[in-house]
Amino acid sequence: MTQLSFLTSKPWIWSFAAAMATWVITMLFTGGSSFVGLSQATLTFASFSIIVGLGQMLVITLGPGNIDLSVPSTITLAGTVALKLMDGQSSWLLLGFFAALAIGLAVGLSNYALIKLLRIPPIIATLSMSFIVQSSAIWYNRGLRVKPPKVLADFTTEATFGIPNLALVALALSIFVWWLLEKSVFGRWISAIGQSPFAARMAGIPVDGARLMTYVCCACFASVCGFLLASFSGGAALNMGTEYLLMSIAVVIIGGTAVTGGNSNVPGIWGASLFMFLVVSMLNTYGFGAGVRLILTGLIIITVILAASRPSARAR
Amino acid sequence: MSDHDTVVSVKDVRVQFGAVKALDGVDLEIFAGETIGLVGHNGAGKSTIVNVINGALPPHEGAVSYGAQDSTTKVAKDNGVRCVFQELSLFPNLTIVENARLMHSDLGGWNWRKTAARLMREMLDEIFPNNSIQTQSAVGELSIAERQMVEIAIKFLNVTQAPKLVILDEPTSSLDATLAEQLLAHVRRYVSEGGSVLFISHILGEILSTSSRIVVMKDGKIVSSKPASEFSVQSLVETMGSVVKKSERKSARSAVQGSEQTVLHIPSGKAGGLDFNATRGEIVGLAGLGGHGQTEMLLDLFNKHCSNWVPEKQQNVAFVAGDRSLNGTFPLWSILRNLTVSNVRALARFATIDAAREDIQADEWKKRIEIRTPDIDNPILSLSGGNQQKVLFARALSGEAEIVLMDDPMRGVDIGTKQEVYNILQSEAVSGRTFIWYSTEMDEVCLCNRVYVFRDGAIVAELSGDDVTEDNILAASFSGVAA
Repeated sequence: MTQLSFLTSKPWIWSFAAAMATWVITMLFTGGSSFVGLSQATLTFASFSIIVGLGQMLVITLGPGNIDLSVPSTITLAGTVALKLMDGQSSWLLLGFFAALAIGLAVGLSNYALIKLLRIPPIIATLSMSFIVQSSAIWYNRGLRVKPPKVLADFTTEATFGIPNLALVALALSIFVWWLLEKSVFGRWISAIGQSPFAARMAGIPVDGARLMTYVCCACFASVCGFLLASFSGGAALNMGTEYLLMSIAVVIIGGTAVTGGNSNVPGIWGASLFMFLVVSMLNTYGFGAGVRLILTGLIIITVILAASRPSARAR
Repeated sequence: MSDHDTVVSVKDVRVQFGAVKALDGVDLEIFAGETIGLVGHNGAGKSTIVNVINGALPPHEGAVSYGAQDSTTKVAKDNGVRCVFQELSLFPNLTIVENARLMHSDLGGWNWRKTAARLMREMLDEIFPNNSIQTQSAVGELSIAERQMVEIAIKFLNVTQAPKLVILDEPTSSLDATLAEQLLAHVRRYVSEGGSVLFISHILGEILSTSSRIVVMKDGKIVSSKPASEFSVQSLVETMGSVVKKSERKSARSAVQGSEQTVLHIPSGKAGGLDFNATRGEIVGLAGLGGHGQTEMLLDLFNKHCSNWVPEKQQNVAFVAGDRSLNGTFPLWSILRNLTVSNVRALARFATIDAAREDIQADEWKKRIEIRTPDIDNPILSLSGGNQQKVLFARALSGEAEIVLMDDPMRGVDIGTKQEVYNILQSEAVSGRTFIWYSTEMDEVCLCNRVYVFRDGAIVAELSGDDVTEDNILAASFSGVAA
């Protein structure tokens, strides 16, 4: 009985269980030969979803209707601009990084300005912002493919003590977000807003200020992800953000964060991101065709969400 | 003969919401050809009896029957009972004609739009001559007064079945004097033709001039039911008042008197209204009938003193909600988090909340205000309503706020809890806090040092000291009384 309540009170357990199971099944097929390779690849690729997922989770915590659909285009624009500015020069690394952050800041501010000033729902506001940002990326990029500075390319593809550097970056950011949500005043505020914006307002919380900060945070996480992704893959591409639209939302939901807001879950993002990558590689290893692979991915995701969506028994 | 056809008969009806007896044995018979004026203060049971008559609320005890003999159908609507709601029941995205169709299922058939448009045109012109409402316009485009006119016209509409009883709940509150007079004239005409009307209004002049019989309710009971000619404005107000001894009240009232130091001042917004003033250490009551601008004023005050963008250095206003699920509790959280949410900044160091200090503060308030729970980490929803309310009080009082706004916070709270909270308020006021307390309960209002009475969104009377009595408050809440 106590074990059962432990399971239901920790919704992120499910995403880890699913990730473990998929990992084991894949290992069984390859007979353990790909142990290091698969693990490292998984951690590396999952890092990108973790970083964007963290931002998206903060926004989803704000409650029903809050979502940021401008994530993929922010990734693209941040990656494009940063790489073009650095122009392959390692000495300009910091400039590129801060340019990416500035793009995140600008997108976040504009998102909330649209939501607040024009009073349009976040789903529409961030989607329209996404078109503007994507168009800027196309206009700025013009098909150029600039190589990342050597230092950066090495950093993003290498590992420290067998753990990919990217996974360490994702870990650091996750600890920061965990602190933000669990320990900080700001986290208390956004959780309150997610449960009831009106009650939060009347409790003296600066609701608009906190929401603005959250949208800015989300866009900054996306721009950092874009910066790293472009460096990792040897250059920015105009479609590099596309898969992170659904991915960022999926990892949040599978990770056990309440879609209805007010309750979020950092460890779950990890489990879900690892799982999402492992499912694809498992089905690849077993040699399924593209169609079957997509259907199975969908079915597996639904199963995990069903298992994880039991209501939590205890208040926080 | 036709004078004594019963339209609705309510026999010994009782309705109870939790510990509150909303209706406590009510007998009411409404005959064809009469206008009944229904008056009473907040919580007297007016809305409950209306809901029982229109069939929305089945009584817990007692019986409601329609028509002279046992009617074949027990449904209010099929017996010609129509209700004009205070909160309009129209669909803003549909046209007037379409709204009429939704309300009248018999308005169907080939070319119903044309029939509906004709009927609505006739009815609007009959009740409100010279109106300029187009029956094809969407309700959302109309002004509030026009919507109210449409709502009334739809309810009086006779498609295949004539309305027998029309319930008008504060129908003139959004109409100007001319329109109100037209409506009242129509009511008299309709009643003289054999219909009957149940008329609720806070304007006693209307009630006296229009009704044939006046029913006065108090505490879920009918305390008086006499022909209108036997009432005057003065006697109506007296009948609505309660019989609790005044000496008892006086002793309970706060001994504290506010100091001279003004902490809040709001100039009157509306013509004819009074200014609002509050001084340090004072308990200021906001009274009047529910929904006459008291909550709006509290929300305005709060928004003026608490930024929505930048965290305040020091929070100087706090708010205690009355409608807990609307703007009070955070349902996912524990009692502890609900209690400390307004105050986390003071409990934090380097933006990190100090869990130990948070626990200490919550424990202190749990003891001080006696929140009855085995574990403060239990979910907030595990508490009874009264204890949840105590948590909200603790939330407001645990901070530094000098001004505490209370939005009818004792709604549905048991008497024991109320007494405990009253005592805490008194002692907090002595130590210099200012309380602004909107209450729909007369006993609470009479505990205040000073009371502002609201009517139609403005302050119409200020009572202080020994003038804070039920009679004075009632007299000011209902217009048509010489001030």
